[in-house]
Amino acid sequence: MRFAGIIALAALLTAGAVRATDIPPGERRSGYSFMTPDTQAMQDDDTANPGMLWVLDGEALWKRKVGTSDKACADCHGDARATMKGISARYPAFDKALGRPVDLEQRINLCRVNHQQASPLPYESSGLLALTALVARQSRGIAIETGAAPQLEPFVAKGRELFMQRQGQLNLGCTNCHDDNWDKRLAGSAITQAHPTGYPLYRLEWQSLGSLQRRLRACITGIRAQAYDYGAPELVELELYLMSRARGMAVEAPAVRP
Amino acid sequence: MPSALINVPRTAKRGDIIEIKTLMSHIMETGYRHLASGEVVPRDIITSFSCRYNGTEIFRADLFQAIAANPFITFFTTATESGKFEFEWIGDKGFSETASASIIVE
Repeated sequence: MRFAGIIALAALLTAGAVRATDIPPGERRSGYSFMTPDTQAMQDDDTANPGMLWVLDGEALWKRKVGTSDKACADCHGDARATMKGISARYPAFDKALGRPVDLEQRINLCRVNHQQASPLPYESSGLLALTALVARQSRGIAIETGAAPQLEPFVAKGRELFMQRQGQLNLGCTNCHDDNWDKRLAGSAITQAHPTGYPLYRLEWQSLGSLQRRLRACITGIRAQAYDYGAPELVELELYLMSRARGMAVEAPAVRP
Repeated sequence: MPSALINVPRTAKRGDIIEIKTLMSHIMETGYRHLASGEVVPRDIITSFSCRYNGTEIFRADLFQAIAANPFITFFTTATESGKFEFEWIGDKGFSETASASIIVE
């Protein structure tokens, strides 16, 4: 299986030439449209979508008082269903204090550290995934508008550079698959266009909810390159570029993917 | 924090065949995996699921290691009378969760 994947990748590498052209806006497709009807039905039904289990957990965590300031998210932000509407469609966003973009997970942890005076939640911990899922769920159906702020421009550019850059033992850039060969398959799986419309999302392969950073790290490992650590600025820049590239597409979180 | 999602139609006509969908959060650790250090990750699965309709058991399933995390179990039954569906999941490490849903049969 893995060996076949390498052969397929190698075939892509030679057949795909060096096109690296952007996908025209009219041809953009969510990963949803590449899935089988069964998996689509799973995502569409909130009582069949396992991602909703994390949203439920998130609702409980939202109201729980934590940290030395003994505050819950709800004490400042009220009902997440009203106050968090449209928020995740704007992330990663520019943080003035840090002078760089932060993603939704980092924003939640900044809030925990600065306002709740609690310890930050580790990446991919059930608590952080649950809170992210709850916030992202409130933007379902809303068009992505990440990357509108002018301060973000250099970071979007850096993210794009990373997306285009060939790396790893297989010497592939993200663009070689996701711009040039998204209409083909890799070891039986659809390649897709890499629009992160549904994160955090439930991957059947993971049997769990996961963040966009987890997905990016898995992809980087797949091209036999050294994955950046969770929270690394490079990953946030990649997230930022991908989200701004998907601008105008609807948020699906929590999505289901194979 | 185990949580369950239950989908039972709120109303049905007497004699209707209705679909019941249940989703329970659980890692379903097989007991076959090893850590990098060589230790076996102990088995932690749901072993039994049952559904009672107004006290009468109408569905039961035994679960095993081959079942994926967060088991999604759906089945059909005939709506006979208004009342309550009670669901129960039992598993390793003392796992025991219940949930219920009511239905109005006209």
